[in-house]
Amino acid sequence: MSYQPIPTIDWWAIAPVSIVMVTGIVALLIEMFRPNRNNNTIVAVSLVGLFLAGLSVVPQFSMPFGSSFGGMVVRDYLGLVLQLLLITVCFVAFLFSEPYLREKRIAFAEFYQLALWASAGGMIMVTTENLLMFFLGLEVLGIALYCLTGMCRQELRSEESAMKYFLLGAFGTAFVLMGIAYLYGPTGSLRIDAVSIAVASDQPHFVLMALFGFGLLLVGLCFKSALVPFHQWTPDVYQGAPTNVTAFMASTSKIAAIGALIRVLAAGAPLVSYWFPIMFWVAILSMVVGNFAALVQKDVKRTLGYSSVANGGYMLVAVLAHVQAPEKVSLASTLFFITGYGVMTMGAFAVVSLAARDGKEGTRFQDLHGLWHRAPFAAGCLILFVASLIGVPPTVGFFGKMFIFNDALAAGLLPLALVLAVTSVVSAYYYLGIIQAVFVQEEGAVKNESGRPQAGLNLAVLLCALAIFGISLGAENVLKFMAPAEDGRQPVAERTVAQR
Amino acid sequence: MASEFLPILVLMTVSAVICAAMVTLSWVLGPKKTTPYKSSPYECGVAPQGDAKERFPIKFYLVAILFVLFDIEVVFLWSWITVFKDAPLDFKLFSGAVVGVYMILWIIGDAYVMKIGALDWDEATSLAPEKLLADAEAARAALPAPVPVRQGGL
Amino acid sequence: MGTDIPLVWYLVTALFMFVMGGIGVVVRRNPVVVFMCIELMLNATNLTFLAFARYQIASAQTPEAALQAAMSGQMMVIFVMAVAAAEVAVGLGIIMAIFRLKNEAGLDDMSTMRG
Repeated sequence: MSYQPIPTIDWWAIAPVSIVMVTGIVALLIEMFRPNRNNNTIVAVSLVGLFLAGLSVVPQFSMPFGSSFGGMVVRDYLGLVLQLLLITVCFVAFLFSEPYLREKRIAFAEFYQLALWASAGGMIMVTTENLLMFFLGLEVLGIALYCLTGMCRQELRSEESAMKYFLLGAFGTAFVLMGIAYLYGPTGSLRIDAVSIAVASDQPHFVLMALFGFGLLLVGLCFKSALVPFHQWTPDVYQGAPTNVTAFMASTSKIAAIGALIRVLAAGAPLVSYWFPIMFWVAILSMVVGNFAALVQKDVKRTLGYSSVANGGYMLVAVLAHVQAPEKVSLASTLFFITGYGVMTMGAFAVVSLAARDGKEGTRFQDLHGLWHRAPFAAGCLILFVASLIGVPPTVGFFGKMFIFNDALAAGLLPLALVLAVTSVVSAYYYLGIIQAVFVQEEGAVKNESGRPQAGLNLAVLLCALAIFGISLGAENVLKFMAPAEDGRQPVAERTVAQR
Repeated sequence: MASEFLPILVLMTVSAVICAAMVTLSWVLGPKKTTPYKSSPYECGVAPQGDAKERFPIKFYLVAILFVLFDIEVVFLWSWITVFKDAPLDFKLFSGAVVGVYMILWIIGDAYVMKIGALDWDEATSLAPEKLLADAEAARAALPAPVPVRQGGL
Repeated sequence: MGTDIPLVWYLVTALFMFVMGGIGVVVRRNPVVVFMCIELMLNATNLTFLAFARYQIASAQTPEAALQAAMSGQMMVIFVMAVAAAEVAVGLGIIMAIFRLKNEAGLDDMSTMRG
């Protein structure tokens, strides 16, 4: 029996995840002793913890990139940007959650703890090259989200959506695990590049096993990132979950799942000829089904759920363009689009959460009527978020879609680019429906009728709006930042700017 | 290869045949006289009362769930202990520290479960209505009593 | 190693369990049974991992490498067990929460949301 030498610990690499986790535990301890009998302390501590975690990510951009803990933790641009984004999303969600929870009378004490741990799970997923760590991150994220979805225990549809999410999520997990098993089998390695080891071994049955395993892994990941053949849970879960959870889930789980998908697809490069056509159609179907199904919805959260399916399709286009032509297309536009998506989804759901009044919440389009009078600032910002989701020119959504469009053209994926453009135009119809609902008059709508403090929500919405403005104004710089020179590739910004 | 497992196969077949034979033969050959007394669930003891599908307290269920959860912690400790015995000192110290952190997390979780009253079998007051509203009196008035949802419960 | 059961037998058994579990998830209508089917699928993966871990020893270059490779598979199994336990707890909790609200928990009745 031999023992591995004690590993040297790269404290910086695990700092963000650890800080978020420990913040959750501290919040749990506060909850246990409950000094002030309300959640204000917990919210404050969580926000400080998230801020510290964000601070611990920033200096890592200038540290040497690479993996530590034997590949279990990896530091690169993709991971750092997505970690920062996950922390920001969680921060914004906490800002507007407390008023919502009180307005809706959700007596669930562990929201903040579970959300923090879910964030940590997502952060693990995007910064690892080890399939065991990937699986753990996936499950920490998933299990926390199952609990959060069923958080509103007096409401049947919340519980039903939790049930559906849980059963389908666990089903997806089983596929992920079987996939990992068949990648582990021929290589004896749990590293994400087991595929290339198996292919390099040059034994036909090893390659076959790796192919089988990789396919199952992709099925599981499509479940988790709600891509089309496996998207059926998305609208139900988005509709049933409490709105602040929907906001958190829509951004966090999408960011983490797409981040993991990027790594897995990049690692699957040796088998690209097998899976590329399939993922090609998955991307097309996601965009088409997501956008067209959203047209006929009568519920805002359901509509946004289908819109999230479509957005997953857009992200997949960017990833496929990168995999198809890695020398020409960097991951910058993917990261740019994910960042924009996270911010605008968060903002849109934050505004929709205002529909909760006095313990009840309707989320059909007519329940948004009169929002313009009740909360003018938030409703005004909703226009911005929706415009960005449509892709109206000076917004981040427009730049994101344009960069992806250019990437797809550069990689020679003309059909994907065309489908993206056409479905984006279709999507304008249902997004405009949301705006229209907000501006319809309602009898007796009074400004801020319940008299509850909306400062947190306004701050959250303001942050999202500012982020959209900021990213839009400095789109080229942001893109340049996301495509570093160390990548050894041409920064994508120069190319797109030149083409424009 | 297959011949090595032949005895097992034979054993399984023989046992299956014997079982089947016992059940079918006693059913075919045995006399069938039913009396109300015979068809009652128990031939001796007290006559059964009430419905078999009685609902029993939710607390059992909660304890079972918590057991499933906390039971698993031993798996990690056990795999750690198997290598701990012959390990060099630095490994012992390092892995001991790691397991210490792990155990602290479990203890916090355990303490939380007890503190919020998930294991109290009498009526536990786990949810403070004050959580919902800043004003405690308004909260009590606003909430329907008793609160249907309880923190820490199911 | 000569008298060992061939690896393929384990893999076929595990795949059979996995497929049975998958069919069960699709066909059955009781959430607890569906959940049991998912557990069956997870156990199938555990069996696969353990079989692969055992046979790493036969295929690796050096005994050291074989041990390392076998250990990662066994660790994976332990983590899967832990995660499955956490899922059981959450899943049964959700089932109970539904039961409280409407006194039965069939999947066919879960149609509050349409669209």
